[in-house]
Amino acid sequence: MHWPYKDLLDVDVLSVEDAQRIFETADSFMEVNTRSVKKVPTLKGKSVVLFFAEASTRTKTSFDMAAKRLSADSFSLAKSSSSLTKGESLKDTGLTLQAMNPDAIVIRDSRSGAARFLAERLDCAVVNAGDGWHAHPTQALLDAYTLRKVWDGRFEGRTLLILGDITHSRVARSNVHLLTKLGVRVRLCGPRTLLPPRLDTWPVEVFHDLDEAVRGVDAVMCLRLQLERQQDGLLPDLREYSRTFGLGRRHLELMNPGARIMHPGPVNRGMEVSSELADMPESLILDQVTSGVAVRMAVLFLLITRKDQGGERVQS
Amino acid sequence: MSSPDFVIKNALWRGEAHDLCVADGKVLELRPASGEGYGDAPVVDASGLVLLPALIDVHTHLREPGFEWKEDIATGLSAAAHGGFGSVMCMANTDPVNDNAAVTERMLDRAREAFPGGGPRLFPVGALSVGLAGHELAPMGELAAAGCRAVSNDGMPVANSELFRHAVEYAADFGLTVIDHCEDPHMALGVGVNEGAISSRLGLKGQPTVAESLQVARDVLLAEYLGLPIHIAHVSCRESVELIARAKERGVRVTAETCPHYLLLTEDAVEGYDTAAKVNPPLRTMDHVQVMREALRTGVIDMLATDHAPHAAHEKEVPFTQAPNGISGLDTALCVTMGLVDEGVLSLDDLVRAWATAPAKAFGLPVCAFAPGDPADFTLYDPSASWVVSPQTMHSKGRNTPLLGRTMPGRTAFLYVNGKRVV
Ligand SMILES: [Zn+2]
Repeated sequence: MHWPYKDLLDVDVLSVEDAQRIFETADSFMEVNTRSVKKVPTLKGKSVVLFFAEASTRTKTSFDMAAKRLSADSFSLAKSSSSLTKGESLKDTGLTLQAMNPDAIVIRDSRSGAARFLAERLDCAVVNAGDGWHAHPTQALLDAYTLRKVWDGRFEGRTLLILGDITHSRVARSNVHLLTKLGVRVRLCGPRTLLPPRLDTWPVEVFHDLDEAVRGVDAVMCLRLQLERQQDGLLPDLREYSRTFGLGRRHLELMNPGARIMHPGPVNRGMEVSSELADMPESLILDQVTSGVAVRMAVLFLLITRKDQGGERVQS
Repeated sequence: MSSPDFVIKNALWRGEAHDLCVADGKVLELRPASGEGYGDAPVVDASGLVLLPALIDVHTHLREPGFEWKEDIATGLSAAAHGGFGSVMCMANTDPVNDNAAVTERMLDRAREAFPGGGPRLFPVGALSVGLAGHELAPMGELAAAGCRAVSNDGMPVANSELFRHAVEYAADFGLTVIDHCEDPHMALGVGVNEGAISSRLGLKGQPTVAESLQVARDVLLAEYLGLPIHIAHVSCRESVELIARAKERGVRVTAETCPHYLLLTEDAVEGYDTAAKVNPPLRTMDHVQVMREALRTGVIDMLATDHAPHAAHEKEVPFTQAPNGISGLDTALCVTMGLVDEGVLSLDDLVRAWATAPAKAFGLPVCAFAPGDPADFTLYDPSASWVVSPQTMHSKGRNTPLLGRTMPGRTAFLYVNGKRVV
């Protein structure tokens, strides 16, 4: 069965079955990633461009590793280091890249809608690796994939809290879409200045008090706080933020037994979450990173082999 | 009756066939069609065409000097003429800014060159502050003498209420009305979309309605305190309408305009990051659209204006946050509002008031009310000539409109200014 989509721009178009298919594909790659030789020839001869106009070492490395472990050639194009993008429009940069016939372009851009803009103009697969405040679909997929493992595949009836700066978070937006679709009850908590307008149109419960918000949850996903929000006038000071909205030991007792801690990284230790919680066995922060490579391998595999009838399957 | 230079026969005026006699660029007489002859005066058969005064657009961006690739005075006035407009007030955010007589005069020269036989009338709007920078008052006496009818910092709202107060006072001495683009510049940062469900989902910083209405409140209070007129540009939301309505009840000298797109489109138009629908103030929700329609019908909003803001295709073909604000509106404005008449939202009289008599009154411009001696500025609109909005059918250089592909319910068949046929 062919993967139906040319691009991965957001999780909102994915059905539960689509997500399950990505997870199952990632399962087989998880295994590859534990071998001594962590490479399969699945995408040999294919090329993936990593076009990161906004700095992100971790997502870029994860995609790069995913491509290489599938034997695809990956090429990085950073906005700062490239004369290609200087003063050039996104359209022209995209067309220039396309002229080199890559099989997929992975794009990170600080402008919401940038990935979609590119995808509408290019024939090759476009993977959104984060566009502005809008979407980060592979992050949501890897988060759900990580939870699927520890929850034995059962999302129904679970409650997850997303904590922190929701307004500026593509991670939050994509996770809300995907997790609610999978059956998770999603809560949001943060200061009102960091919550987007019209949350009544989102399928979530909103809290402003962290003690109430964590009561009875099965997982808490802390978001990275951009420290400049203080200068933006959205917060008084960071100490107050960490006291009011930072996750600490005292919250553990309010959560369901065995509740999990997540963070998309990089963590401001002691700010969004205490060091103690970040490092405890219930923390999934490093599992998320591990899942990330496998999920991105699955995404690249499904998109790039979409057109190759009877293309190479995962070697196991 | 002295003999007419020419006669428009059988035009529909208020639903009845009328004959319009024109002499020396002026209306000689408008009378029910009788079938009788007018000597050897040439006759234009206007059967089935709707007679309207030539429209007046008090808020247009013609981009010349400085941004001629977006539009120039010739193409802008051509779009105006084909859209049924006989008079156009063009904003000062050109390069150089229209903050001195030389720029105003150059604009007027270019309009004369574009239509040597006489075309749409151009009334430049001077800058309110030097360079639109919001620091020093522009030389308004010089601007008025050169032909400006109003001053505005449109596009660069003046947050400094002290400076704005002095601008209103100083302008009054020269018979200039201040037009204010109402927006709190801090709150409105990163605009193009309404703050609400769509901005929230798309991950865009939205502009709240209160960013507009806060400044409307300031202007209303200032106009009341000073007893001087202020004209509020492109009103888009309920809160502004309520403030204006209450001010008018108290006799405050405020006038206000809204644009066809605020009567027709909602924030849903930016779905998919459509930069064609990126406009400032942003498109709001259906609630606000209903309020704007009602406010125009009842006269709380005095008039319509296009806020014609042409941009080149490549400027809009960028990610949403990067795209310039603006909709190219001159070609479609009359058709869109005639569509609202067809739907029963507005009456034809509402349109005549909103597009002609009210703007003329507010800015002291010539207008045709079809009384003997009025300037023969009129439009004949063909309600049967529907057309599809496309780059080929538009006369403006700016094809940036969310209406591309839409069918318009009719089209300007003729435009006369000063008794001269322009279209
Ligand atoms: Zn404006």
